[in-house]
Amino acid sequence: MSINRRQFLGLSGAAVAATALAPGLRLIELAQARSPEEAVTSLHRWGLLIDASKCADGCTSCVDACHVENGVTSHNRPATDAQWIRKVTLKDKQTGHVQTLPLMCLHCEHPPCVDVCPTGASFKRADGIVLVDKHICIGCRYCMMACPYKARSFVHEVTTGQKAHAPRGKGTVESCTLCVHKVDRGDGSTACADACKQEGHQAILFGDLKDPGSEISKRLASQPSTQLRADLKLNTGVRFQGI
Amino acid sequence: MKRLFLVLCTVLAMLSSAVYAADDRKSARVPLPAFKTSTDKSAQCVEPTDVMRRDHMQFILHQRDKTVHDGIRTTKHSFANCVDCHADAKTGSVLGKDGFCESCHAYTAVKLDCFECHSALRETANVTTPSSSTVRALNVSQQEAGESAGSTGSRQVKGKNP
Repeated sequence: MSINRRQFLGLSGAAVAATALAPGLRLIELAQARSPEEAVTSLHRWGLLIDASKCADGCTSCVDACHVENGVTSHNRPATDAQWIRKVTLKDKQTGHVQTLPLMCLHCEHPPCVDVCPTGASFKRADGIVLVDKHICIGCRYCMMACPYKARSFVHEVTTGQKAHAPRGKGTVESCTLCVHKVDRGDGSTACADACKQEGHQAILFGDLKDPGSEISKRLASQPSTQLRADLKLNTGVRFQGI
Repeated sequence: MKRLFLVLCTVLAMLSSAVYAADDRKSARVPLPAFKTSTDKSAQCVEPTDVMRRDHMQFILHQRDKTVHDGIRTTKHSFANCVDCHADAKTGSVLGKDGFCESCHAYTAVKLDCFECHSALRETANVTTPSSSTVRALNVSQQEAGESAGSTGSRQVKGKNP
């Protein structure tokens, strides 16, 4: 069987188109999964959506999971113990309705803690995660005063039992890192969200706010949600429902 | 007088050479830290040994900023990778008297701040809570090293005399 000139050109054109198109599709995929040597970019913005109506009263699995994951240990001194996430109880005085919700660093787009830091230790990563560079932190605690959500803690005592991915030491300020080590690993979840899911409450959802296809973006687009202290115009990365 | 001086010098020189001849541990004149290099002898470090000895702090300082600010978590110059490879087989730590980091830092009297925040234990061994004794041991031995040079005597190694 022989093919004429027209068929040959048609076939080779199709082959060229296929080879040109297939790697193109693959490239889009690769651009979304970051390799370890690639720096984070503002193409993503990580955040949480917390549904307070699903948060069970008396359940502390998110708090426990966070502190286990990040090696945050207690000295049985609640006044000074570091807490990266805490349960807050809200009571409507008119009706007596009580609800609880987990509260941590809300990873603001315009974080006041970063504005006030005198050394540049408090910073926002390109992907929206607000962190403390403990190498630079001098422990002045201005950020703790600036944060309207009381999200940061000062480490008062010598620390032991740190995790390799979460160094922490006396004399520095720390807060929720949005499980940055898990984000960098590509786990696509945080310890608190995993724990809540495991408990069957599914009150915490982690995701990329800039990806319109992500579950968090879809839910935010279709359902009402609120920012805590929206009047401050901080544009928090952690949003709430049911409060 | 001049002659007497010469004789005295000669006698002194002979005596001292006799003393050194009797001492077969010539290297002991300059004590060296006796750190354990690696649990796996065949394993090669990320850079040549002489480069690492001189510049390891530059590598981890550079990597530190890239990791914290840019989320670059390559393992080559990562601090956790150092600890994972160099932790002692018995204690699982780079601290302690013969610990890879501490023995050398105590010898050179260079303060080792890293482990006030970072874990000194190999990640696999980190499941159990480390005792604060490792931290205390570091402080004690650093004080010793600072106070008396003799404390390094127990860490001498036989080898090339620099």
